[in-house]
Amino acid sequence: MFLAVLSGFIVACIVPLIFKLNRKVAGALLSVLPLSLFIYYLQFIPNVLAGEKIYATFYWIPFLKINLNFLIDGLNLLFALIISGIGFVVYLYASAYLAKSEKIVPFYIYISIFMASMLGVVTCDNTLALFVFWELTSISSFLLIGFNHEQERSRYAALQSLLVTAGGGLALLASVIMLGQITGTYEISQMSDSHSNIISNLLYPSILILFLIGTFTKSAQFPFHFWLPNAMEAPTPVSAYLHSATMVKAGVFLMIKFLPILGGTDLWMWLLGGFGGWTMLMASSMALKQTDLKRLLAYSTVSVLGTLTMLIGLGGEKAVSAMIVYLFAHSLYKGALFLTAGIIDHETGTRDIRNIGELRKYLPITTIIGVLAALSGMGIIPFIGFIGKEMLYEATLQSGVYSPLFITITVISAINIFAVMAYSGILPFFGEFKSPSEHVAEAPFQMTSGPVALALLGLVFGVFASSTVDGITNKSLQSIFPLASHHLALFHGFNLPLLLSLLTIAIGLVLIAKRKPLVSFIEKIRIPEYFFPSKWYDYIFNGTLDFAEIQTKFLQNGHLRYYIFTILALFILLVGGSFFGFNTSESILNSIAISIERSLNGIDIYDISMLITVLIASVFALLSQGRLSAIASMGIVGALISLIYIIYGAPDLAMTQLSIETLSVILFVLVLYKLPRFFIHSKLKTRIRDLVIALAFGSLFSMIIIFVSAYGKYDNGLSEYFAQTSYLIGHGKNIVNVILVDFRGFDTMGEITVLSIAAVGVYSLLRLRKQGEEQ
Amino acid sequence: MRSIILRTMTMYLLPLLLIFSVFLLFRGHNHPGGGFVGGLVASAAYSLYLLGFGIDKVKTIFRAQPIKVLAFGLFLAASSLVFPIFFGKPLMTGVWYEHKLPIVGSFGTPTVFDTGVYFTVLGVTLSIIFTLFEDKE
Repeated sequence: MFLAVLSGFIVACIVPLIFKLNRKVAGALLSVLPLSLFIYYLQFIPNVLAGEKIYATFYWIPFLKINLNFLIDGLNLLFALIISGIGFVVYLYASAYLAKSEKIVPFYIYISIFMASMLGVVTCDNTLALFVFWELTSISSFLLIGFNHEQERSRYAALQSLLVTAGGGLALLASVIMLGQITGTYEISQMSDSHSNIISNLLYPSILILFLIGTFTKSAQFPFHFWLPNAMEAPTPVSAYLHSATMVKAGVFLMIKFLPILGGTDLWMWLLGGFGGWTMLMASSMALKQTDLKRLLAYSTVSVLGTLTMLIGLGGEKAVSAMIVYLFAHSLYKGALFLTAGIIDHETGTRDIRNIGELRKYLPITTIIGVLAALSGMGIIPFIGFIGKEMLYEATLQSGVYSPLFITITVISAINIFAVMAYSGILPFFGEFKSPSEHVAEAPFQMTSGPVALALLGLVFGVFASSTVDGITNKSLQSIFPLASHHLALFHGFNLPLLLSLLTIAIGLVLIAKRKPLVSFIEKIRIPEYFFPSKWYDYIFNGTLDFAEIQTKFLQNGHLRYYIFTILALFILLVGGSFFGFNTSESILNSIAISIERSLNGIDIYDISMLITVLIASVFALLSQGRLSAIASMGIVGALISLIYIIYGAPDLAMTQLSIETLSVILFVLVLYKLPRFFIHSKLKTRIRDLVIALAFGSLFSMIIIFVSAYGKYDNGLSEYFAQTSYLIGHGKNIVNVILVDFRGFDTMGEITVLSIAAVGVYSLLRLRKQGEEQ
Repeated sequence: MRSIILRTMTMYLLPLLLIFSVFLLFRGHNHPGGGFVGGLVASAAYSLYLLGFGIDKVKTIFRAQPIKVLAFGLFLAASSLVFPIFFGKPLMTGVWYEHKLPIVGSFGTPTVFDTGVYFTVLGVTLSIIFTLFEDKE
C-alpha cells in the first residue's frame, strides 16, 4: 500500500527520462501508472465488500507517533478508485491536449506528485502523516495552477490558492495536534472511541474551528471559496482532476472522516450546515452569470462542495449516504464536463459560451459526452445524478426542525445547477453555429475516450445502481456508521422528493430559456466590493507586504553598525533587565566582593602581565589613527586571549583562536586595500552613544560572569555525562571534539552551513557583480 | 612585497602545514585538534603561499574551485548524518567500524563528519580569500 502511494513520486522522478526516450508515446506510457493503481485498488473490492478493513503500517518517526499507517475501508477505497480512475482519464487526455506544449514534462511530474499525495491523503490513517500529504497536494496544485507562469494572472491565482489552502493546512495541523493531545492517538480510526471525551473538552470549539478552517479552505467553502474560480488558470485537465474531481474533495473527505470524531454537536451542525448551505446557494447563483465555460463549472463545483458540506453538517445516516452518492456522481459528471470544456477550448479556441453554438455537427462524440454528463448533473432520470439528488432531497427533508429552511435553499441551488449544467454541457452544441475558428474537428481518441467512459458510467451506474455501486457506497457509509445501510434505486415511488425534482426541472427549464434576461438581472445586483472575501484576501496580502516593507526598512537598513547597535542594545535591555530584575544590588555587590577576594588569592605574575597587555592593546586599538595599527593591536588581544586558554587548560580553543587570528589579519589586509582613506566619519554625539553602549555591554557581561562564578551553582550533570560517555559512546578521548562532531553534531552542522552561506554571499557579491559589470 | 625569504620558506612550509592539518584532523578525536582547526591550518598554508606567489600560482597547486570544496565538505558532513538511517538507526547516530584503522584510528560517521567540517572550513576560507584577492587585482 505504501508502495502504491510512493509509486507516483517515483514516476515523477523518471518522467523526463521517459520523454527523452520517446516523446510520442510517453504520455500514453505514463497513463499506465494510474491505470495500474486503479486495478490495484480494484482488487481490494471483494475484501472490502466482505466487511474487511485492510491495514498496513510503516514506521516513520515512531517516538512522535508519526507513522505511515494506511487503511483501506469502504470510503477510503471509493476515493482511491475515483482518484486513480479519473487520473487515468486525465493522463491519457493530457497526452493529446498538451502534445504540442513544451511544458508537458513538468505537467506529468507535477500531476504524478499530486496523484501520489492525494492517494496518501485518502488512504492514510495517521493524521500527522496525512497532514504531510495534504500539504503536498496544495503544493502540487500551486505548481499546476501556475503552469502558464508567464502570465501574471496564473501566478496570482497560484499564489492565492497556495496561501489559502496551505494556510488552512496549518490550522488543520494545530487542530490535529490538539486532538492527539486529548485522545492520545493520531490514528483516525482510533479517535472516534474518545468522541464523548472530545466534545465535552473545553478546547472542543477551538479544535473544531481550526479543523474547519483547514477543510473549508481546501474545499473552497465560503469565505475561502474565491481561490477555486481563479484556479481555472490551470490547464483544463488539471481543473478537471484537481479542482473538481479530487483535491477540492479532500476537505469534504476529511470532514466526513471526522464526523464520528468531532460531529454530533450543535456547533458542528450549524457551522457546516450554515457555511455549506450558504456556499451552495451563493455559488450556484453566481455560476448563472458566468460566461467562461470553466468558471461556470468552477462555481457549480463550489456549490456542490457546499452541498456536500451541508450534508455532513446535517449528519445522520440519510445525509451521509446521500453525500457519498452525490459526491460520487459529481466526480463522474463534473470530470467529464471539464474535459468537454477542454475539448471545446482546444478545437474552437474559445471558452466563452456566448461565442459558441451548434458544435454537434463538428464534435459529435464530444456532444454525446457533454449531453450525457450534463443530464447526470441536472439530475435527470435514469442517471446516477438523479439518484444523488433524490437522496439529497430526502436527507434534507428529514433533517429535523430546520428542514424547511434547508430544503428551500437546496431546491433553489439545484434549480441553478440545473440551468448551469445545461449552459455548459448542452447549449454549446445546439442552436445556431458560432465559433471563432472555422475549422472545427473532433478531438483525437485520447481526449474523447476517457470522458466518454466517465459520461457513460454515469448512465450505467444510474440504471444498474443496485447491482454496481450499491455495494461500495454501502461500505463507505459503514465506514462512518458501521451499522447503517442503504439501498440505491432509481425509483422510490411517488413521494415529496420526486415532486421536488419535477419542480426543479420545470423551473430549471425556464431559466435555460430565459438566460439573457436572467443574466442581466443578476448583473444589476450591485454588492459593495468590501463584502467580497477575495477583496479581504487582497487587503491582507497587500497589508502584509506593506508591513514587511516598513519593518525591513527599519531593521534591515543595510548598515552594519546599526545591526550591531540593535543587537547589543536589545541584549542589554533583555538580559540586563532580567539580571537586575531578579537580583538586588546588594547581592550583586556582594558577589563582586567575593569574586575579587577569590581571584586575588590565586593571582600570579602571568595573569597580571597579560591583563595589562590586553588593556594597553585595546586602548591603543581605540586611539590609533591608522587601520593597520588598530588591526595589529586587536591581533595582540586575540593572541593573548588564546594564551589565557592555554594557561587555563583549553588547548583546542587556543589552537582555533590562534588560527582564526592569523587568518583574520590576512582577510583584514585584503579588505583594507579596498577601503577609502581612513578618517573619522562619526560625530562626537554618535561616538558618545557608541561608547555608552559598549561600556554597558562590557560591564553587563563582566557582571554576569562575576556573579555566576561567585554564586552560581553549576549543574555539572552535563559535563559529567560527557566525561563518562565520551569514550564509551563517542569513541573519543577528546571531549571537546566528541561534543563538536557527535553529541552536538547538529549544532556544528548548522554552523558550517552558516559559514558556507557567508562564503557564498561574499563570492556572489564580489565575483558575480564583477561578471555582471563586464557583461 | 614578494620577498624571496617568504617564497623559499613557503615552499617548505606548505607541505608540512598540509600534513600537519591532516594530522590535526585525525588526531582530534583523542587529543587537541579536529576538523575545524585542521581546515583553518590548511587554509592558512594556502594563504601563505598566496602571499608569497600570488593568486595565479596558487591556482596551479589548488586547482579545485574553493566553492566546490565547500560544497563537497557540506555534502560529506550532511551525508554522514544521514548514513545511520540505512542501518535502521535514527538520524545522526554515530556508526563505528569495529576495528581501528592505521593513521585514522577509530573510524565512524563522526570521523567522516569531521572531515566534512575540514573541507567546509577550507572551502569557506579559501573562497573568501581568493575572491577578495582576485577582486583586488
